Amino acid sequence: MRGRVGHVMLAVLAGLVLPGCAERPQSADGTARKSDQKAWHQPVNKSDVVKGWNSDDQASWEQQMRIRVQGQNEYSRAAAKP
Amino acid sequence: MARMKFVCDSERCIECNGCVTACKAEHDVPWGVNRRRVVTLNDGIPGEKSISVACMHCSDAPCMAVCPVDCFYRTDEGVVLHDKDVCIGCGYCSYACPFGAPQFPTNGQFGLRGKMDKCTFCAGGPEENGSEAEFEKYGRNRLSEGKLPACAEMCSTKALLGGDGDVVADIFRNRVLVRGKGSEVWGWGTAYGKPTQGAPSGGAAPQPKAEGTKS
Repeated sequence: MRGRVGHVMLAVLAGLVLPGCAERPQSADGTARKSDQKAWHQPVNKSDVVKGWNSDDQASWEQQMRIRVQGQNEYSRAAAKP
Repeated sequence: MARMKFVCDSERCIECNGCVTACKAEHDVPWGVNRRRVVTLNDGIPGEKSISVACMHCSDAPCMAVCPVDCFYRTDEGVVLHDKDVCIGCGYCSYACPFGAPQFPTNGQFGLRGKMDKCTFCAGGPEENGSEAEFEKYGRNRLSEGKLPACAEMCSTKALLGGDGDVVADIFRNRVLVRGKGSEVWGWGTAYGKPTQGAPSGGAAPQPKAEGTKS
């Protein structure tokens, strides 16, 4: 009887401990998503890339962005009436 | 560099939907998804106002906060993007977004939701810039080509401005000044009261201090 109780307890313990060995981590820590390239890294195919700035040069890309956005501002092309 | 932002000038928007068409064409957006749409108040009534709405790329994005698989990320320029390979299509981001930006294609079987799709500020996604994989999943990456979002560049009246937040705000402020307006267009007077001659406005003007009190 004693031996049987011992076996049962061992089986229960094994049943509690062993499933934990195969558990996969489930925390959402952002490591599942791929890392993204920077916006100033030009694509391999340069046919659509605007001229005037250099790939992987953040300052040059930011300057290009600032110049480009003025294309949406017609006051910079025609004198604004005060 | 400041964050990338959109501003839509409702005084100029004529509801042409050019921005909507430009976005749809540029990125081959799937059926049932409207990355950008024009919302009109009092449609058909003189004085109607239209505004173009897409993802606002929030500084504290609620979609990012609620995502159970953490598929969202923000780039250095403040653009909110997500990884479709991690997305499980639960739709929680769609509930959380106050602008209705995250959307799901309607071409799935038995109402299958599929992966979330939304405006990317023409910044693509976490694939190689300009690659076929990036185009199929997220659309064109115009930022890596030195361009700005197609919707803003295509806007016929330049109502929709998109780009460096500081510069865009400056352009918009210049327009407001040229129109002869000031801070009243932002509702300052409505919120804090309009100052009248001699009478203190509701909390706006400080009361003169009584004699003997320290300043």
